[in-house]
Order: sequence, then structure tokens, then C-alpha cells
Amino acid sequence: MDSSHDPHPATQDGAHDHHDVSKHVKGYLLVGALLLVFTGLTVFLSYVNFGSSKANIIVAMIVATIKASMVAAIFMHLNSEKWTIYRFLLLTVFFVIGLFVLSLLAFHDPIRY
Amino acid sequence: MPGFRKRSIRRWNPPQHSFSNMEIPYTISARPDTGLWNAKLGIWLFLASEVMLFGGLFSGYVFLRLGSAPGYWPHGLLNVPVGSMNTAILILSSVTVVMAWASLKMRQFTRYQIYMAITIICGIIFLAVKLAYEWPQKFVHFGAYIKPAVAEKYEDYLGNKHLIEKGLEPRYEITGHLHEIEINRADADPAELDTLIKARGLEVVKTEDEGKVLTLKVHSPSDAVALRDVLGVISNPDEPNPAKRTRKAHGVKIEAFELALDEINANPTSPENERPRFIPRSLSEKTATIHMEDIDGDGQAWSSFEPRHSSYFAVYFTITGLHGLHVLAGVLVFCYYMLPVSTRLYRQNPEHLANRVEVAGLFWHFVDLVWIFVFPIFYLL
Repeated sequence: MDSSHDPHPATQDGAHDHHDVSKHVKGYLLVGALLLVFTGLTVFLSYVNFGSSKANIIVAMIVATIKASMVAAIFMHLNSEKWTIYRFLLLTVFFVIGLFVLSLLAFHDPIRY
Repeated sequence: MPGFRKRSIRRWNPPQHSFSNMEIPYTISARPDTGLWNAKLGIWLFLASEVMLFGGLFSGYVFLRLGSAPGYWPHGLLNVPVGSMNTAILILSSVTVVMAWASLKMRQFTRYQIYMAITIICGIIFLAVKLAYEWPQKFVHFGAYIKPAVAEKYEDYLGNKHLIEKGLEPRYEITGHLHEIEINRADADPAELDTLIKARGLEVVKTEDEGKVLTLKVHSPSDAVALRDVLGVISNPDEPNPAKRTRKAHGVKIEAFELALDEINANPTSPENERPRFIPRSLSEKTATIHMEDIDGDGQAWSSFEPRHSSYFAVYFTITGLHGLHVLAGVLVFCYYMLPVSTRLYRQNPEHLANRVEVAGLFWHFVDLVWIFVFPIFYLL
């Protein structure tokens, strides 16, 4: 078995070499700090009156999406993943959008109108 | 590809292995066809199904919220500072778990253990805050929805004229802490009722109408539920079927609730109470009496802040409960990675442990990612 005796055990998945990881550490800490700042921002913006509650919801969802993208891209390494995983996730995104569309269809009732 | 050939032969030749020490292939090297080590592919498939699970619940949330009438989607009932703190704890744990993985990659086992321990502690604090503080606080809070037709009677607590003038959503719910309830014990089984009053340590403040109408001091809304559920024998002499002339039914009728009002209902027209705010409002000194006949849903629309209270709390407890189970699962897996069995794995094959931690870490980040959406939609919006 290729184990710790392998001189390059981590290179086979291509993404993370030992040196690579130590380079990324600062990035992880930075993203963590940014996430905390964005959490504060979410809370702060929710008390700002943007004119309607709809506007507030949109602002909060934009901030949440930015935070979620940071987690997915950096912590979950989706910024440099294999295409196999992207393919699965694209399919998932497609079906999740479908789920939300189903909910909205209930209000628009396209069959009756 | 010689490596591929060798492994595929081994994979398709099970008799070489007994099941007890069967080696799972591709734990650290990539499978040529997928380009991934197996667990990585596995966890992403699992996370894809998790996205669908939470996606279904979130789309349920959207559906319920869009369908709620103006004034019936509660705002500002959760403790925002505590929720913010829990969000920060979860983010911190996401950083420490990725640092734990990075430490393993750099072969720094002690640092790995420290980071992993912090992650576990963060997970436990998150759960403890949820289960020992946030949820129990909800279970002792009381709310009753007033029938819109008689809402004017409670204008002092609802302030709807003012809200409508300002173009804001009306209020129909009065919330606070339940102090006293007035009951009519007419049909109740007397022994059962007295036992209940004693068992729950309730105090009878006042009796009227020859002991039929009682005013009781209660500790929480669950006392009111228990009193309401005391059975009695209801008789109906006109019933032709003699077997049906008497039946067991709720013997106690609740006549009225007296509650210490939340600040928002004590000063409903104060501009400060028009919008939710960061610092939770304290309970006011004011009390209000709500009569049963004025409560919506045929007198059923009262409860503590539990799932039956509203669509809001139903979906809140469902999603945060499921999310909490995920946090618990993550903590358990991380604990396994701190056991001697994992130390042994590290000594034999550090890359294998690193990959295990990466996979559990991916799950943990996903749980954090879900919370990033849960926090604003329930606590803030």
C-alpha cells in the first residue's frame, strides 16, 4: 500500500502538497476573520431600514450568499476541486432551484390562470 | 496505467481478504476513473443529498412565510446577541477544523489535537446554548393571538391604529410571561384537579361562584395546558344511546389569562417598538388580562413558543433541531478522531487520518454553511 512511506503521499489528488497547505493557513485565518466581520455586518444591516422588509431580506441574503461562498470556496476547497465534484454539485443546484420554483408555483398557480 | 491495473485486480478478488480486515481501496490515492480518493467522492455525494434535505425545508420556510397573512409572521422573538454569539462560535470551529486538517498535512500531531479539541468544545458550547438556554426560554414564553374582529378591545397592547397609520404590519399577538389563569372547574374531576394543583405547586389566589371559578398562580404555560387537559365527566341526558349519556372530556374551562407583558405590548405605539432591535427587550411591569372568548382559533390560538404556536416556530424548531442533530453528529465523529485508534492510524498512515479529518471537516463546513442562512432568516428578518 502507498502510505506514509510514499515520498509524495499527497500529490496524487493534485490539490494539496505539504508546502501548499502551509501557504493556505494564512488564507484560512483571514477567511475566518472575514466571516466574523460579515456576521456583524448581517446583524447591523438587518436594523437599517432599507425601505421595505423585502429590501432587507434581499440585502441579508446577499451577505449570507457571500459568506456561504467563502466557506465553500476556501474551507471546502471548492476553488480547486475535481470536475467530478462540480458535476454533482451543478446537478444539485439545478434540483434545489427546482424545489424553490415548486414553492413559488404554488402561489402563481399557472394551471388555473 | 500500471497502478490502476494492480488495484483493480485486488478489488475484484475478494477471497484474498477476510471481511474483518478488508482493506478499503483508494483511501489516500486517487481512483483513476473519478480522479478522487473514495471518501471524498462519498462525502460530496452525501452533502449533495443534504443540500436537497435542507433545501426542501428552506423552500418550506419560503412557502409558509409568503403564505402568512400580514401580522402573522413573528419578528424579534429570538435572542439576537445569543444567536450572533453562536454564529461566531460555529465560524470559529470551522476555522479550527480546517487548521486541524492543515496541521495533519504538515505532520504536526500535537497542534492537530489542540485544534480538534477546540472544535469539539465549540460544537458542545453551540449545542448547550441551544438546548439549555435558547429553547427552554421559548418554552416558558407565552403568546395569544387575538381575533381580528375584537382586536380593538386590546388596542392598548396592540397599537394597530398607530401601526397602520405608519404603513406597518398590524399586530394580533400579545406576548409575555403567564402569571395567572382563571378557570371554571365545573365539570372537572375534583380529585384529579386537586392532585394536579398540588403536584405542580400551583397557588389558588381567588375563588368565586361557590368555588367553581378559580384564579390560579401558574409557573409556565405548560401549567395552563395541564389544567385544561384535566378530564371530567360530561353528561348529556338527552342522548338516546344510554352508553353515550356520559363521556370523558376536558372538564376545566379556561376563562382568562393574566400575563406580564413583553415591552412591545406594554408600549405598542412607542417608535422604539416598531422594529426589532439587537438588545432583547426586558419584560415590562405591566400586566394584561386576555379573555378566552377573544382568542383566535376558537380559543385555541394560545401557547408557549413551541412548534404549535405558529408556522414560524414550527419551521424554526424543525430546521434548528435538524441542524443541531448535525452538530451533534459532527462532534461525535470528531471525538472519534481524538481516540487512541486515530492516534494509531496517524502513526501508521498519517495521510489516511488527514483525509478522514478532511471529509468530516467538509461535513462540518456544510453545517456551518446551513447556519449562515438559518441565522438571518429566523433571528433577523
